[in-house]
Amino acid sequence: MKFGVVIFPGSNCDADAYYAIRDVLQQPVEYIWHRDDNLHGVDCVILPGGFSYGDYLRCGAIARFSPVMQAVEEFARQGGLVIGICNGFQILCEAHLLPGALVRNEGLRFVCKHVYLRVENADTPFTNRCQPGEVLCIPIAHGEGRYVCDRETLQELQANNQIVFRYCDRSGAITRESNPNGSLANIAGIANERFNVMGMMPHPERACEAILGSEDGLKVFQSIVHSALAAAR
Amino acid sequence: MPRVRVLVTLKPTLLDAQGRTVQEALHALGYENVNQVRIGKVIEMDIADDSKSVEQQVREMCDRLLANPVTELYQIEVLG
Repeated sequence: MKFGVVIFPGSNCDADAYYAIRDVLQQPVEYIWHRDDNLHGVDCVILPGGFSYGDYLRCGAIARFSPVMQAVEEFARQGGLVIGICNGFQILCEAHLLPGALVRNEGLRFVCKHVYLRVENADTPFTNRCQPGEVLCIPIAHGEGRYVCDRETLQELQANNQIVFRYCDRSGAITRESNPNGSLANIAGIANERFNVMGMMPHPERACEAILGSEDGLKVFQSIVHSALAAAR
Repeated sequence: MPRVRVLVTLKPTLLDAQGRTVQEALHALGYENVNQVRIGKVIEMDIADDSKSVEQQVREMCDRLLANPVTELYQIEVLG
């Protein structure tokens, strides 16, 4: 299956994502420029982390209207797989491909560290290689990652199992202390209702090799490949 | 050419982490009577074409781009 990594002006995790797919996962991957209005026939789009358009106005607010995002929205409407990481998650929320929004961290600090995530739903194209309730160690690096939404939206997310990852402690307990940014319900990643679009603040592409401290992020990309292969069968 | 000012603020139900920190700093300076500090954004612009209602155009801009309806409120002021 072919991956596409979108590059916006200000993206800075595009090369990491490209490397994780090409060198670690060993799958075809190409870059897609933000001005492109087609997606080069890829099977999965990665919106990488960074500071698209300098985070001007709001994180992801300008990127959302770039030509490539019109193509990504259409691709998502047709059921194509889209994963947004960090700034990519912010862009997906701004584009209304995912509900809610990401605002300034509760503690105001830019937080850059490894955190633990509990897999809340292991039956998605992004987590099918994980066990339900499995605890993953994946780094975060963001200043505006506090997930917020209204009460009805939270209820819908819970009812449909759209919460994919929650911040937890090493043992998998969801605690206030393990919430690095004040996210509502410790939410670290969510999917849309169809489960073909997923956004997460942590960086799985930075946790694909033991030498980098964790290989847990690889499971996210392996899950994507597995679901694409299963769909092709 | 009307000049328009848009004031974008976080919804009151949302914690304003920046506002809270500034409030703490004001308290540290001795202004202990200060409460409910909220920080927003001001966007000013000239609108050349006034065939359509200026306010209606700006409202549209706010809904589409200038504010995020999930987290923010906006006020529009036509300065003349």
